[in-house]
Amino acid sequence: MTSLAASEVREKPGLGRILRDTKYVFWREMLLPLRDPFSLIFSLIQPLVFLGLFGPLLGAAVGAPAFGGQSTLQWFLPGVVVMIALFGTSMTGSNLQYELMTGSYERILATPLSRSSLMIGRALKEWAPLVVQGLLIALVCIPFGFVFYPLHVLIGLVILGIFGIGLGALSYALALVSQNKEWIFWGVQQTLLFPLMILSGIMLPIEAGPAWMKTASLFNPLTYLVNAERELFAGSFGTDTLLGLLAASVTAAVGLVVGVKAINRNIK
Amino acid sequence: MIHTEKLTKTFTVKKETVEAVKGVNIDVARGELVAFLGPNGAGKSTTLRMLTTLLRPTSGMATVAGVNVTEDPAGVRARIGYIGQGNGGGHSFRVIDELVMQGRFYGMNSADASARAQELLKSLDLADLAKRTVVKLSGGQRRRMDVALGLMHSPQLLFLDEPSTGMDPQNRANLWEHIMRMREENGTTIVLTTHYMDEADSMSERVIVIDHGQIIADDTASRLKANLAGDLLAVEVAADAAPDVRGLLGRAAAGGEVQENRLDGVVTFRLRLPEGARLAPALLKEMHDAGAPAQSLELKPPTLDDVFLELTGRNLREGANR
Repeated sequence: MTSLAASEVREKPGLGRILRDTKYVFWREMLLPLRDPFSLIFSLIQPLVFLGLFGPLLGAAVGAPAFGGQSTLQWFLPGVVVMIALFGTSMTGSNLQYELMTGSYERILATPLSRSSLMIGRALKEWAPLVVQGLLIALVCIPFGFVFYPLHVLIGLVILGIFGIGLGALSYALALVSQNKEWIFWGVQQTLLFPLMILSGIMLPIEAGPAWMKTASLFNPLTYLVNAERELFAGSFGTDTLLGLLAASVTAAVGLVVGVKAINRNIK
Repeated sequence: MIHTEKLTKTFTVKKETVEAVKGVNIDVARGELVAFLGPNGAGKSTTLRMLTTLLRPTSGMATVAGVNVTEDPAGVRARIGYIGQGNGGGHSFRVIDELVMQGRFYGMNSADASARAQELLKSLDLADLAKRTVVKLSGGQRRRMDVALGLMHSPQLLFLDEPSTGMDPQNRANLWEHIMRMREENGTTIVLTTHYMDEADSMSERVIVIDHGQIIADDTASRLKANLAGDLLAVEVAADAAPDVRGLLGRAAAGGEVQENRLDGVVTFRLRLPEGARLAPALLKEMHDAGAPAQSLELKPPTLDDVFLELTGRNLREGANR
């Protein structure tokens, strides 16, 4: 073996290698829904049901003035997209749990794949359906008065992808930490998910809540993400978008650091 | 291929420090087939996991395929194959997909990975199951798939952790046939752990006996048996001839223990005799000449279990905790 070949696979892999490894991990995970497309069809229907059943109630209960002059649909739809991303990528670790129980995770750990790509690839697999889902619900909502800005929506989905990498990595770390105690994973995931969701104004405008809630929402990265998506889905691009991108990037960075730590902790 | 110096692993379990591996020195040359033999909990798998970078050593050093395991674990992983105790295939995946992706993980291109996967499926009798999901495979089929996964990138050095645990004898024999054929074809260096002594005995050229985290013997199976155990000899004589035989066998055992059992006017003597098969004829003649002829004789060649018993005073099956 030449020294060049050895340096190629050093523990601190270069960006090119991480991207390549991520592609393979992502592709392996994608084989599951691709070989069994029914799961995808259901995942496409779910957000539509939510939008169709919760949207009208929301408009009737809260009233249009709370949505900053936007139509209920225009306000609520980006929230639903964030919600799908939240539910999807926070499940990253749950699919890992099965592989932890068999020897599948260990087998992959013994390959030269870079550690961060294991998490990024899996998180992106949970995010990928969102691209289809997001575009689909946007198209379906057009007849109901939703104004569709394709480029803005695409940028919004990319920001959600970055956020998803972070959340997915955290979920991955959670699965590793709760190995052999699977209920801990579900306990923590469910306990965190709902406060984060409500305090970000996904479901109902946070402006309608008491002052302490508004304050709490400022410390929730999801708030910035939801604001960014609302701005983008409304067809503009400004401070909210940049703050959302920042929140997503910080989440991704924190998630990956925690995730790689969790993987390495397991080999101690 | 492998070189370790004072490789050590300690775990902390509930504030208690457990020394799983206590400074082992191992050298394995290219092309060798080596078995780590020992009871459950002896430290064989921990050693293997350190060599495959799945565990970080507490102290000591190890180079595997020319690469230091702590300085460049990814470099080690790129050069070895690893077949763990569990099943490597993801439950919901198709067999062929997992094999091809495994090849890609090791940097093979798509065409090479597909060709190699087909080749392995054929040689491991899995060709008909290529499109089946892993969860639908039988235990033996899954284990063969594990071997296929481990061999996808044609590693020069292959580690197997308890490769045949839980398999029925037929599947075990079948698995070994495949592993041996791969070895013959590619000259792969193979290191495995096992607590089946017959497996270590018949399959490996070299046996490293590990107990309580230490290497207590390292040699070929036949030399270990010849040097440490000797044949087990059982002779039956008439009860009234027993006193004559007692002294005679005592001298033959050269200080070793001679057990005596009396039943219905027949006394059975049992003793360990190095090179017993060669010494037995002369012994029988001596007994005959002394007027105490043997009524029957049984000679059992030693097993690695006997070696382990001789080394540790315990039976291999009793486990490490007694």
